Amino acid sequence: MAQAVPAGQKWWSGGKSPFHVEYGKLMMWYFLMSDAFTFGALLIAYGTVRMSSNSWPNPNEVFKTFPIIGEMPVPLAFVSLMTFILIMSSVTMVMAVGAGHNGDRKSVMKWLFLTIIGGLAFLGCQAWEWTHLHSEGAWWGRNPFMNIDGTQSTTNFTNFFFTITGFHGFHVFSGVIVNTIMLIMTWRGVFDRKGHYLMIEKAGLYWHFVDLVWVFVFTCFYLL
Amino acid sequence: MDSVATTAPQTRHNDKHSFDTRIIWRTFWILTAITIFELGVAILYYETDFLPKHILNGVFLIMTLAKAFFIIAEFMHLGHEIKNMVMTVAVPCLLFVWFVIAFVSDGASFRHLRNRYDRYEYEQSKTPVQKTEHHPEAKKPGVE
Repeated sequence: MAQAVPAGQKWWSGGKSPFHVEYGKLMMWYFLMSDAFTFGALLIAYGTVRMSSNSWPNPNEVFKTFPIIGEMPVPLAFVSLMTFILIMSSVTMVMAVGAGHNGDRKSVMKWLFLTIIGGLAFLGCQAWEWTHLHSEGAWWGRNPFMNIDGTQSTTNFTNFFFTITGFHGFHVFSGVIVNTIMLIMTWRGVFDRKGHYLMIEKAGLYWHFVDLVWVFVFTCFYLL
Repeated sequence: MDSVATTAPQTRHNDKHSFDTRIIWRTFWILTAITIFELGVAILYYETDFLPKHILNGVFLIMTLAKAFFIIAEFMHLGHEIKNMVMTVAVPCLLFVWFVIAFVSDGASFRHLRNRYDRYEYEQSKTPVQKTEHHPEAKKPGVE
């Protein structure tokens, strides 16, 4: 829970950091907060439009395919795998941050590498899903799926789906780039010379945020 | 809590440096379990319609918020920061309460108004259409 502050401690009298965190990390938090509102705006716009529609396509029907096994319907299995990959890569990122606290360069590199692999695996899954939906005729402005009650659907469903998962996928992609840069910097010993691995923490915050957003995207598009 | 309150900030700073991997793995298992539970409920609903959808949606939203809490508090470590700092992030996020309620209810209101005043649109939206055998090639963008 929130760190308790000793009674009578004068945090704001100067000479110490009142929030007890590094400047860059604090700014990363505020950036993530603003990014949360960007994603929030997109998802709430989706919710608004969906609420204003009399019917909507059934996610269990739309997202029921899995690579390799062909046409056998397995609702939500593939997206659950994607969720698991992202949670798993979040864990490896925490491990990298933890190793950074101990100044263990080798270990940081190992966990960062695994995190990058997880990010790439997620992007690969998303590429497959987009390709599959596209081959079924879905794209911005085109929606081959009927509403759950058998009525004609609009393109709102596909427009929001591709825009929001695309925006999230772009965040994952950026995160992979950032993590790759962190890996190279760690490998070259930049953080050892600095004497701390706080940069890894900031990259970690961003990466966890991407995981956090996916939790909401997963619920909004696949479950509700 | 009280025992933590008596330690000096310097030692607490050092405590922050020793990461407890057990907590991380516990968080991981909680997140995985919640996701599997959500998936199970969704598939059960798909097969049997065992509960009204809006009750399920409430369950899904609570589960989502629980997952968000664990990611933010443990993975992002916000639960272990100073309370004042946590508040500068958490309080602005309260705007989401207004944001969600205002816009989603506006969407619902728009649906009701349109259904009442645009009867043609309403009849159209209630008329089932034939499930057409789709021709993927013809529907691909750029292919007319």
